Amino acid sequence: MKQQLVVVGNGMAGVSCVEQILKQPHNFDITIFGDETHVNYNRILLSLVLAGEKSAEEIVINDISWYQTNSIRARLGVKIASVDRERRLVVDEDGGITEYDKLILATGSSAFIPPIPGVDKKNVHVFRTLDDTRALLEKAQPGLKVAVIGGGLLGLEAARGLQVRGCQVTVVHLMETLMDRQLDATGGDYLKRKIESLGIRVMLPQQTAALFGNGRVDGLRFASGEELEADLVVIAAGIRPNAELGRKAGLEVRRGIVVNDYMETSDPHIYSVGECTEHRGQTFGLVAPLFEQGRVLASTITGNRGSVFTGASPAAKLKIMGVDIFSAGSIDESGAGVETVRYEDPSLGVYKKLLLKDNQLLGMILVGDIEDEHTYMDWMRNGTDLTPYRRQLLFPPRESDPGLEVAAIPDRDTICGCNGVRKGDIVQAIHAHSITTLAGLKEHTRASTSCGTCTGLCEKLLRAVTPDFQEETRTTLCSCVPFSYEQLREMIRGQKLKSVEEVLNIYGNRKGCEICKPALSYLLDMVWCGDHEEDRSARFINDRVHANIQKDGTFSVIPRMRGGVTTPDELRRIADVADKYKVPMVKVTGSQRIDLLGIKKADLPKVWADLGMPSGQAYTKGVRMVKTCVGTEFCRFGVQDSTRAGIDLERRLENLFTPHKFKMGVVGCPRNCAEATVKDLGLVGQDGSWQVVVGGAAGKSVRKADLLITVETTERALEASDLFFQYYRENANYLERSYDFVERLGIEKIRKETVYAPEADKQKLLDRLARSKALAKNAWLEGQTPVSPTQFVQIQPIQLQSIHVQPREVQSA
Amino acid sequence: MTNVREWTRITKVENIPSREGRAVTVGGVEIAIFRLESRCLAIENKCPHKGGPLCDGIVSGTTVVCPLHGRRFDLESGMAVRASEPSCVATFPTRVEDGIIFVDLAGASKDQEEAAA
Repeated sequence: MKQQLVVVGNGMAGVSCVEQILKQPHNFDITIFGDETHVNYNRILLSLVLAGEKSAEEIVINDISWYQTNSIRARLGVKIASVDRERRLVVDEDGGITEYDKLILATGSSAFIPPIPGVDKKNVHVFRTLDDTRALLEKAQPGLKVAVIGGGLLGLEAARGLQVRGCQVTVVHLMETLMDRQLDATGGDYLKRKIESLGIRVMLPQQTAALFGNGRVDGLRFASGEELEADLVVIAAGIRPNAELGRKAGLEVRRGIVVNDYMETSDPHIYSVGECTEHRGQTFGLVAPLFEQGRVLASTITGNRGSVFTGASPAAKLKIMGVDIFSAGSIDESGAGVETVRYEDPSLGVYKKLLLKDNQLLGMILVGDIEDEHTYMDWMRNGTDLTPYRRQLLFPPRESDPGLEVAAIPDRDTICGCNGVRKGDIVQAIHAHSITTLAGLKEHTRASTSCGTCTGLCEKLLRAVTPDFQEETRTTLCSCVPFSYEQLREMIRGQKLKSVEEVLNIYGNRKGCEICKPALSYLLDMVWCGDHEEDRSARFINDRVHANIQKDGTFSVIPRMRGGVTTPDELRRIADVADKYKVPMVKVTGSQRIDLLGIKKADLPKVWADLGMPSGQAYTKGVRMVKTCVGTEFCRFGVQDSTRAGIDLERRLENLFTPHKFKMGVVGCPRNCAEATVKDLGLVGQDGSWQVVVGGAAGKSVRKADLLITVETTERALEASDLFFQYYRENANYLERSYDFVERLGIEKIRKETVYAPEADKQKLLDRLARSKALAKNAWLEGQTPVSPTQFVQIQPIQLQSIHVQPREVQSA
Repeated sequence: MTNVREWTRITKVENIPSREGRAVTVGGVEIAIFRLESRCLAIENKCPHKGGPLCDGIVSGTTVVCPLHGRRFDLESGMAVRASEPSCVATFPTRVEDGIIFVDLAGASKDQEEAAA
C-alpha cells in the first residue's frame, strides 16, 4: 500500500523537493496543492517577464505533462485552509479533505504590505506572483507614472521592468541606502547612481505616510509632507513567511515554521521546506539554500535520514542587465576584530569591500565588477586562511588556464543560482549523459536556463570536462545587446524604440559595434516599416554612400535595370559615364546588370546624375534584382511572360531592405534559363500556372528552392511573392539568407503562415509591406540632397598654414 | 618634445556627423577625423593591414573598425584592438575651438615606434 504524500505549495522549493524524491526509490502517492492556478514556474524570473525579456511560458519549470508522467495529482488554484494533525488530513477552502501519511508544508512567503492608509486603493499592486506580474503588464504603458515603494532587490527589479515598458518610474525607499540589507552606504551610492543613469528616479530616505486618490490611487504623501504623483503603485517592501497554516495547526512557529537540520517540524509526520521555514533562527529568501533544503528533506522523507541542512550565509545578486551587484555574508563591520578592505573607482563605477576577521573572509560587497564572486564565496565558505593573499585580496589572481579556474571551484558550489544547480551536479550530468553542448546541459540540469549570468561558467565547465564540447551557435545578437532577435523585435515594438542609440542605451552597452549596429538598423527599419530614426553612423559604409566599397577604397556602381532589360539610350549613357570618369572596368554581372568599378566617393553623385538611372542596390542587404529570361516575348518555348512578370516583381519590391541580400529570378518555362530555382525567390512559368519557389541558392551554398505554392495567375504569383518576402523580412535573423531561413523554419510552417494563412493575417503582412514600400525610395536621390554636407564630399582643410598657439585643452596627445 | 603645438584649422565640427569619420588630406598626409560625443579624434587614414580607409569604418565607443576586413583600432592610442599581432596607426592631437576642429600634424605619435625605441 502506497503512502500518501501531500505537498502544500507548488512553488520552487516544494516542487524541487518532489523532484529530488522522484530521483530516489520511494513508495509515495503524491498530491501537490498550489493556490496559484499555474504549473510550477521560476519565480525568480518574474522580473524578466515584467521587462519583456522572457514570456510566461519560458519560465515554466515543470509543465503539466511532468505531473502526469510522474503520476502526481496537481490540485492547482486550491488553497489549503487547515491541517488536522490528529486525523492526518488537510482541508481546502471548499471543505475538501485529503488524507496524508506525510505532509510537506512549502507554502512560501507573501509580500509584506506595510500598514499605510490607502494601500487598498485601486492600482496599488504587489509583485510576487505570475498573476501579479500579468496585472502589472496590463497596466504598464509608456508615460504611466509609477511609484515603487521599496528599494530592495525586488523593488529595483520591478522598477526596471516597468521602466523598460516606458513607464516613468520612481523608487521610494525608507532607508538612506538602496538594498540596505545587502549594501553599505558607499555601495548604495554607487547603485543609486547606476539606477538613476538608467532613467529611474530614486527618492531616499522617504517614508510613505499615505496613498491618496479617490478610489484609484493618485499619488503618495510622505511623512515629510512632500507628495509624489503616481498612476500606479507597486509595493515591494519585503516578504513574510507564510507560516499561518503551521501556526494554526499548533506546530512550533516563530517567524517561520521551525525545522531542524533534517527539515522535520515539531510533528513527526510533517516536514517543511522553503521560505516558510525557520532554521536555527534564520529564514531564507534565496533559491540556493531552499533547493539544498529540498535535497535534505528528500533524503529524510524517503527513509535515508542522514544528510543535514546546516544553513547558508546570505548571498544576493541583482538581476538587472548592466547593473552588477553581489553581496554575501556579514556586512556588519562593527564587530570586534573585523577589518575591512576597500577599493573604488568612481569613473568605472566599481566598488569592492571585503570584511575579514582573523584573516578569514566574513562577507563582501561587490558593485560594478562581480567577476571574482566564486573565488570569494569559496574563501568564505571554506574559511580559507587569507594570509598569503593579503596583497591581492581585491584582485585575486586568476588562473591563466580557464580549465584550472573551474577545476578549482568546489563541487558543492552553486553555479546556477536561479535553479540551484551545483558544480557537482553539472559535472556528474556531463559524464552520466555524455553531454557535449550547452543545450544538452540545460536540458539535463536546467543550469543557465534562467537569467543567463552563469552561461559563461557553464561553457567553461563543459570545455574543461568534456573533450567533445561543441560551442553553440550564438542565438543572441552580440555581447553589446545580449538578446535574441525575437526579444529585440519585441523590445523595439513594445518600448517604441526608434533609433539604434535608444536600443543601445536602454538594452545595450551604450556603444554598439560593427555587428550589432547594422543589425539594429535593419530591425528598426523593418519593425517601423521605414518610419524609424535613421542613423547613418550605425550603417556600414556601403549604406552611407549607396555603393559597394572595393579593396582600394573606391566604389562600384550598378544601376537598376529591371528584369535585366535595358535600352540603347541607357547603354549609351553608361558608356559615356565610363569614358567621362575613366572607369577602370565595366563588367557584366551574374545578375544581368552592368557594373562600373573603381569610382571615387566624391564622384558618386555626378556619376548617378549622368547615368539618370536608379540605384540597383547591389551594395546592400536588400532587394538586389530580378533576373529574367525572354519568355513568351521572343522565345519559342516560353509559356509565360517572364520578362513582364520579372519587371513587375522588381518594381514591387525594389528599394526595400532585407535581412541579407535578396535575389530573384523569373523564367517563362521549366527550362529555367534564368535559374529561378536557385534564387531566394523564383517564379517558374508553366503552361497555365506559375510555381513560386523560395530559399534557393547558388553561391557559397547551393540549394534548390522549395515550392511555396502553384497559382494560376501572374497576379497571384506576385502576391505569394510579397507574402514570403515580408515574412522573411519579419522573421529571419539579420544576415540569415533565405535558404538558411527556409531550412530553419521548414517550408510547411512558412506555407502555413504565408500563402495558407488566414486572410486577415495575410492582409496584415501585405499592409506592412505596403507601408514600408510607401516610404522606400531610390537611395541615389541623396546624390542631389545629401544627408550631411560631407556625405560624399572630401573635406578641404580651412587653412593650410599652421598657427602657433600655446597648448591648452589638448584633447588627445 | 616641444610645448608649442602647430594647430591646423580643419573644418567645422558639424561637417562631421556624430560617430562618423571623414578623411582630409593636409600637407600630403591623409588623416581620418572622427567625431565622438564630446570631442574629435584623428588617426592616420590607412589600415596597416591592406590600406583600408579607416574614415569609412563603423565607430564603436572609442574604436573604429576598418570597412575592408574588420581590423579594429583604438582612436586614442592608435593601437590595434583584439588583434593577433600588434599593429597601429598614427594618432594626431586634436582640439575643438569655436566649433572648428584643429589638428596638430607635427604632433603625430605612433605607440609601436615609441615602444620599440
